[in-house]
Amino acid sequence: MISANVRFVGRFSLEFAQTVGRCCLMFWRTVWGKPHDKLFPLFIEQIFQLGILSLPIILTSGLFIGMVLSLQGYYVLVDYAAEESLGSMVALSLLRELGPVVGALLFAGRAGSALTAEIGLMQSTEQLASMEMMAVSPLKRVIAPRFFAGIVTLPMLTLFFNVIAIWGGYLIGVSWKGVDGGAYWSVMQGSVEYMPDVFNGVIKSVVFAVLITWVALYNGYYVVPNAQGISKSTTQTVVVSSLLVLGMDFILTVFMFGT
Amino acid sequence: MKHSKHLVIKNLCFSRNERLLFDNLCFEFERGKITAILGPSGIGKTTLLKLIGGQLPVDSGEIIFNGNAIHNCSDKELYDARKKMGMLFQSGALFNELSVFENVAFPLREHCKLDESLLSILVLMKLEAVGLRGAKDLKPIELSGGMARRVALARAIALDPEMILYDEPFTGQDPISMNVLLNLVKQLNQTLGLTSIIVSHDVNEVLSIADNVYVLAEQKIIAEGPAHSILQQTDNSLLQQFLLGRNEGPVPFHFQCDDFF
Ligand SMILES: Nc1ncnc2c1ncn2[C@@H]1O[C@H](COP(=O)(O)OP(=O)(O)OP(=O)(O)O)[C@@H](O)[C@H]1O
Ligand SMILES: [Mg+2]
Repeated sequence: MISANVRFVGRFSLEFAQTVGRCCLMFWRTVWGKPHDKLFPLFIEQIFQLGILSLPIILTSGLFIGMVLSLQGYYVLVDYAAEESLGSMVALSLLRELGPVVGALLFAGRAGSALTAEIGLMQSTEQLASMEMMAVSPLKRVIAPRFFAGIVTLPMLTLFFNVIAIWGGYLIGVSWKGVDGGAYWSVMQGSVEYMPDVFNGVIKSVVFAVLITWVALYNGYYVVPNAQGISKSTTQTVVVSSLLVLGMDFILTVFMFGT
Repeated sequence: MKHSKHLVIKNLCFSRNERLLFDNLCFEFERGKITAILGPSGIGKTTLLKLIGGQLPVDSGEIIFNGNAIHNCSDKELYDARKKMGMLFQSGALFNELSVFENVAFPLREHCKLDESLLSILVLMKLEAVGLRGAKDLKPIELSGGMARRVALARAIALDPEMILYDEPFTGQDPISMNVLLNLVKQLNQTLGLTSIIVSHDVNEVLSIADNVYVLAEQKIIAEGPAHSILQQTDNSLLQQFLLGRNEGPVPFHFQCDDFF
């Protein structure tokens, strides 16, 4: 009984170490050395695939989250006759937490899963192997542009998310509930600071982007080459990257806003 | 520097999941010759080609291409060696999202800076050679299995390699395209002096064009030599069983396992 547990722990730690090792090695081989000649056009194409195509879901969710946030905030604040501070509440919670985190979770579901499925299918139909045999490195040709595009895209999507959510908050708070429009904006201006709020939010979403994109690419690259393997990898991408985002968010928040 | 032995494999050992696939095998592939590798299914022929292409690391032994060891060289040397090799995958492995034309153009676009009109001529020539110029705008999904394999062949020869590895090029071909492919392989070999390594099950067809033959079974080479001499080794019971396709005999048809009863 005990020996079975010990064996389980042993095997688990070995597998974990192996995964981390492979992950780092793959990362190193992707970003180190001479980049692919057409890196830039490939990168732009991926910006379209990951970014532009994720815009609809990001914008819709942003709008609704902003509206709900504003409505709930209004109901609480109005009891204390503090509904003038609605703008500050909406903007701060979005910029610091909700924007980066919800944006990242949506990105993991929309773009991360697509990346894993795409790379996984290429791997299991030997397309990556045949690329290797044509002396083209799949890490440089396929993985690297997607990785860089992911890092650039998520922070931009997060900014769009924040903007439209703040506008959604305005719609509910000002246009519907009748909070004074001038107060909504000026309180927001007074309380939001550039470095701690806006900039820290962007840093967060860059970190999340690295995590999600890399988990997605790794899971696709080391897929078990069959239909079930692809579906398992895709699920794993969404689950692992979402958990990593939430865990990392806590750590970053402690460091950024702790003092 | 040209070595008369294009590719030499010495004392190759390789196992997968603790199952020994190759036990101390030696091969020599001569420049400009067609060498066939025959053997029952699952014996590790595809694996052998992957070892030659440097996609799998050897357990022990040496693989020497053009006088350079490729089993433990740097990535750059390996990629340089691969530019001189073409490989036809068993599954075709075409890029799904690209058209037939773009698939064949892919290696050219990656390695040569050609202008579009020249590139188009080159690609169409390769497609013409496999009889699929008319299919250039189709997507791989719209091709039959045999057509896809011919497109993959056109892609494998796009860079005019020195050596080409064919993994079962003839399966799924009707008698006419089989003949066309046989002639094409022979032609490539004669006109361009390509070293060809063909893995196949189609014993008679392959023996008709091959110069040298290796027959694998049970982790060993059970027969080797010039193609015409292989059929005459009547005292080799393993070989006879494989060539004549009998299911009873020393070569097991079943994957190794415990007894059923
Ligand atoms: N990815 C893999 N992981 C583990 N074992 C594998 C893997 N691929 C192949 N094998 C094993 O290696 C052995 C050789 O496989 P290989 O594909 O080289 O056979 P083959 O000779 O090409 O057969 P066929 O003629 O049917 O194509 C098989 O018995 C298979 O079980
Ligand atoms: Mg095979």
